[in-house]
Amino acid sequence: MQTFNFFKPNRNNIKNYSIIGSFFVLVSLIDVISNAFLKINLTFFLPGSLTNLFPLILGLIGLNMMRIDYSGNNTLDLLNKNINTNNFNALLTLLILFSIIKVLPQSLSWMILDATISGDSKDACTGTGACWTYIKVWFRRFMYGMYPNEFHWRINTAFILVIALGFVGYFMKENLKKYLALYYVIIYPVIAYLVIYYLISGGSFGLQWVETGAWGGLSLTFIVSFFCLIFCFPLGMVFALGRRSNLPVIKYISICYIEFWRGVPLITVLFMSSVMFPMFLPEDFFMDKLVRVIIAITLFEAAYCAEVIRGGLQSLPRGQYDAAKSLGMGYWKMHIFVILPQALKLVIPGIANTFLALVKDTPLIFVVGLAELAGMLALAKTNPKWLGFAMEGYIFASIIFWIICYAMSKYSYNLEAKYKTER
Amino acid sequence: MSDPIIKIQNMNKWFGDFQVLKNINLEVEANKKIVVCGPSGSGKSTLIRCINRLEEHQEGDIVVDGNELSEKTKDIEKIRAEVGMVFQQFNLFPHLSILDNCTLAPIWVKKMPKKEAQELALDQLKKVQIDDQANKFPGQLSGGQQQRCAIARALCMQPKIMLFDEPTSALDPEMIKEVLDAMVSLAKGGMTMIVVTHEMGFAKEVADEVIFMDEGMIIEKADTKEFFANPKSDRTKLFLSQIL
Repeated sequence: MQTFNFFKPNRNNIKNYSIIGSFFVLVSLIDVISNAFLKINLTFFLPGSLTNLFPLILGLIGLNMMRIDYSGNNTLDLLNKNINTNNFNALLTLLILFSIIKVLPQSLSWMILDATISGDSKDACTGTGACWTYIKVWFRRFMYGMYPNEFHWRINTAFILVIALGFVGYFMKENLKKYLALYYVIIYPVIAYLVIYYLISGGSFGLQWVETGAWGGLSLTFIVSFFCLIFCFPLGMVFALGRRSNLPVIKYISICYIEFWRGVPLITVLFMSSVMFPMFLPEDFFMDKLVRVIIAITLFEAAYCAEVIRGGLQSLPRGQYDAAKSLGMGYWKMHIFVILPQALKLVIPGIANTFLALVKDTPLIFVVGLAELAGMLALAKTNPKWLGFAMEGYIFASIIFWIICYAMSKYSYNLEAKYKTER
Repeated sequence: MSDPIIKIQNMNKWFGDFQVLKNINLEVEANKKIVVCGPSGSGKSTLIRCINRLEEHQEGDIVVDGNELSEKTKDIEKIRAEVGMVFQQFNLFPHLSILDNCTLAPIWVKKMPKKEAQELALDQLKKVQIDDQANKFPGQLSGGQQQRCAIARALCMQPKIMLFDEPTSALDPEMIKEVLDAMVSLAKGGMTMIVVTHEMGFAKEVADEVIFMDEGMIIEKADTKEFFANPKSDRTKLFLSQIL
């Protein structure tokens, strides 16, 4: 008969080891949970410091006993391979589990159990938890800024139109596919601009004029991000190609451009666009502040895009250029049909990175007085009637930004998978 | 005797300070098959890359089909369209299917209607026996199949001259034969060919002339039989003794 060694589990007594091991782990978890949620200390009989270490030690012994290689039990093998490969990893596993359990009750009670969402003024928030009433009352402001309530349908309609137009590429007929790039680079932005100008700005077709200073909230985040993304990419492409050009003038203009914009902080660019730039313009020439800001961010991000795209261009083997040239393709044909399709595919992760950074940079436009989502929060939290709810606001904004950015990165993974080809 | 289709006179080329090609003189008549051999680093590849100006030469003249190649040449694309090239590493476009690889240049460079280009491509693919792979992507094919596709792609431009830059050097021994077969049948069809290769069997079978290069110079240029039967220079003899 095999001896039952406590610290050296073997396969022969696999049932005993795994059952006793999981029992120990279970006890340690129950101890921590009861401690965190019910404030009951199950190990009150132990001296002070040992009480805190007790679940950890017990859990470690338990995991040690469960660590049997090739046990033949799929669940156990999976567990051992992923979180229980050695004592150190077992310790990390336990520490992470315990930390989550310890933090959970407080955050749960603050965010949900003790939180308030009813009512429509600060007085409703009497509990110790979060005051979601604040978000509820300010929701329209967070979404639409100072845009008049009765005209919100105009923003919604404009966005739906712009999104619908964005999907045109999917339904284009086969023989029109070659104009796809033209559509997305030139026609689509122009149409989108017109839609947003006539619907959101108004001023004609019987729609009341709303100045851009009143725009704000999440809708402004979308507008700024949308135009910057759609313009900075082609511009970046131009400078990426320019930097690799054989013509010295084009090459050095591109280098200067890229190095200039990469060298200045975005916040100074925004200040310059709104404060200094108008001084250089002729007096009768007026350009809206929002347009100036969009141009500034576009120029700024284009420099980053350019370097990302250049990385993709450089990673293509020289043979691709040789082959395209030997077939009689000139510079543009070579790049449009052979080089760029491959290079852009390679830079999808890098471009997604740049775009995500751009979306998260948009709150900076607050410094020139444009209040998009985070800017509206900053305004709302200083409202005398609603002092003291900054936390709720920032959590709300974080969730919104996280959803947007996660959707974007998911989309970029999809694109990567879609255009993946074997080399 | 017709005018030579390729004429190279006193051509010199440097990479930085290093002279890769020294005083090259070469005339190739239409429909001739030339094999260029020599040790690695001897400038063989650079020489044929100069013929469609993938490399620029610094001195001397290169005339291809009546067009001189120099910085002033405006329509270099037009000349390249007349000169097909096959590379050691195949250099197929990995993002396009085999068929699209073959139709891309005819459609966009020669402005051929799409349907016509596809028929032509399938025809050429059939000649190299991979028409059944037309809708696959290069990454899904074996090296030999890829190289045959590269030959078909070059032929789809209906070139007057074909350049081969060590077409079999990157292939497994088993696949070399299928590529050489395709090249032999192309040679029998009367194409003007310049082939850089170490396949002496191929040279003996199809070449009209063999050129031996070393250290950037043409050491010996002779009829195929003459070249293998009694090579003149000692360097050639040494080279042949090592690879035959």
